Amino acid sequence: MQTPTLFAMLLLLVLVVYGTGFSRALAAARSRGGMRNLASLPSYYGTHAALWCGLPALILLAAWLVFDDPIIRSLVMGSLADRPDTIAGRDLLYAQIQNQAAGSLFGEPTAQVKAAAERLTSLQQTAQLLQTAMVLVLSIGLAAFALLRFSPELRAREKVEKVLRALLVGCASAAILTTVGILLSVLFESLRFFQSVPVTEFLFGLHWSPQMALRADQVGSSGAFGAVPLFTGTLMVSAIAMFVAVPVGLMSAIYLAEYASSRVRSLAKPVLEILAGVPTVVYGFFAALTVAPFVRDVATSIGLEASSESALAAGLVMGVMIIPFVSSLSDDVINAVPQSLRDGALGLGSTRSETIRRVVIPAALPGIVGGVLLAVSRAIGETMIVVMAAGLAANLTANPLESVTTVTVQIVTLLVGDQEFDSPKTLAAFALGLMLFLSTLVLNFIALHVVKKYREQYD
Amino acid sequence: MTTMTLDAGTTAPAATEQPEQDAVNTNTRVSETVGHPLCDDAKLSMRNVNVFYGETQAIHDVSLDIGRNEVVAMIGPSGCGKSTFLRCINRMNDTIESCRVEGDLTLDGEPIYGPKVDVVPLRARVGMVFQKPNPFPKTIYENVAYGPKIHGIASRRAELDEIVENSLRRAGLWNEVKDRLDKPGTGLSGGQQQRLCIARAIAVSPEVILMDEPCSALDPIATARIEELIDELRENYTIAIVTHSMQQAARVSQRTAYFHLGHLVEVNDTETVFTNPEHELTEAYITGRFG
Repeated sequence: MQTPTLFAMLLLLVLVVYGTGFSRALAAARSRGGMRNLASLPSYYGTHAALWCGLPALILLAAWLVFDDPIIRSLVMGSLADRPDTIAGRDLLYAQIQNQAAGSLFGEPTAQVKAAAERLTSLQQTAQLLQTAMVLVLSIGLAAFALLRFSPELRAREKVEKVLRALLVGCASAAILTTVGILLSVLFESLRFFQSVPVTEFLFGLHWSPQMALRADQVGSSGAFGAVPLFTGTLMVSAIAMFVAVPVGLMSAIYLAEYASSRVRSLAKPVLEILAGVPTVVYGFFAALTVAPFVRDVATSIGLEASSESALAAGLVMGVMIIPFVSSLSDDVINAVPQSLRDGALGLGSTRSETIRRVVIPAALPGIVGGVLLAVSRAIGETMIVVMAAGLAANLTANPLESVTTVTVQIVTLLVGDQEFDSPKTLAAFALGLMLFLSTLVLNFIALHVVKKYREQYD
Repeated sequence: MTTMTLDAGTTAPAATEQPEQDAVNTNTRVSETVGHPLCDDAKLSMRNVNVFYGETQAIHDVSLDIGRNEVVAMIGPSGCGKSTFLRCINRMNDTIESCRVEGDLTLDGEPIYGPKVDVVPLRARVGMVFQKPNPFPKTIYENVAYGPKIHGIASRRAELDEIVENSLRRAGLWNEVKDRLDKPGTGLSGGQQQRLCIARAIAVSPEVILMDEPCSALDPIATARIEELIDELRENYTIAIVTHSMQQAARVSQRTAYFHLGHLVEVNDTETVFTNPEHELTEAYITGRFG
């Protein structure tokens, strides 16, 4: 039986077993005079039997699918008299054998390949048969075991809940393990990078020029990995973005939370949140094609020098991108300030604006700060807009009209295209990624801490 | 004396919200307020007040005077409109979008509602203490100094210090907090917080203080302390207090107003209300037959 058919059959079996368990529980309940005399509800007995039937068989099936091919391959290759020495040669030969077995080999196969292909086919057939038999025997056997063990005293709900809890734990740890995995891989690659470039040079060097000579006779590409210009570039673009996003976002939040009528609010809030749904690449070409030339023209018209890609353009557009982030978080926090505080202030004869400035905002401030810090970490990690609008030149400058580059942009350019994956140039990307990861991690940590502290205040 | 003309049709739907109990018929038609709702030396006078939340009418044609340096207690079962009525006096109902107030309300003869009336100085003259203590998340000092600051009452730091100390003294809180004025007001106990709120309210030197169940969140000792305070405050202020505790009404007030389903049923001297009520609904309520 093919695996999909087997899978479908297993599902069918699980359903049948569920039904059987359910009806047995119902029958037991009837003979004992009511559902109350069962240890659990009938659906739990059904699920309990179905889990016995399906779960071990599924695990076996999954394991089989994972280990099936490598075992067959080693059996086939082990039987060959004449094996190539290199890994690539062996891969090629096995591919030939597989193609021959599937009947799609181009050209005339050698006798050895022919024989091996036959062996492969027969092995695969045996494996298939074995798989079907084992899975079905396991599922039917365990289902029978579970159904036979059925008694009204069986605490089926507790057992089912245990399995479900294990499932939840598994899902939660998948997310955590992924994070840990990413961190570790970035960390190890970064360590390799720091073997060829000293940490101090990377952290404090003022010159960034990651082009390395690929051949000995190449000139002019010595490679310099001082990341300071990247960090200042990132800081400048993020600062400009926050300069736009914080006042606009905060004030729109204040308007929405304190002044807007419920009609305006129900209209304006979703519209504002659409901004958050615009893909950053769209913001990117908006920045590169519309805002950057506009910034340059304005700067030129008032007699300033400006390049057509500038930190200002990228920062402005990034700021617009972050507005809904700041406003939505601040809006939530401002709404969380108890009405009684507003009443208290209004009752003392404060105007609305005094109430907001002197009571509501100070009370909401920790939460707002937390929201802003989260927004900063988004700004630092943002890539598409700066790739398109800020440029690639690693200028160490404080002039927002010049083009700058950021950590994320450099990671992109270092890894785009054909690269050797063991040169300092590509490994530098991992070191930059690590720095980025650490800085946003610290920011998020501070932000969450601040937000948490704020929450305790009214509870 | 105000006359109220009501048909049974408007009373009936509201009456269904109140569970009827015992032999008392809470549907009894209230044709007019009995007792003495008006007085000669009125600080506040309210005439024919109707309040609507959207389509629902919460207050039906209520007329009431509150005299100078008098404490008027407002009692009645939950949902009878006494808090709503209280909040009309300093226009706190303005903050509720669907709320509409009709009628003539005057403070010292000046209108409270009207296109030319600025609500900010009005609320400075009519202070309010709320049901739940609501100190600002600021220091104790800043809590009391908030009002004088926004109204520009004190120009120098020394003046402000004096106002803060005086207000805290009058609220009977000074001795407990004088050494920790720079600590957050939210760190005080419930009773202290409520007294802080009273100090905050009197720091702007209002003429009238409205209290909306000021003791409902407090223990008996803190309650006794606040009741004492209300008695002292009467020398300088006019006070309207909403309360669920009839003992409290009897202890602190000179006149008592009994509200029922948005109608003002009876206003009389507190002693009369609690010993010899004129209206059968009042009697039923104070004897605990419903409410």
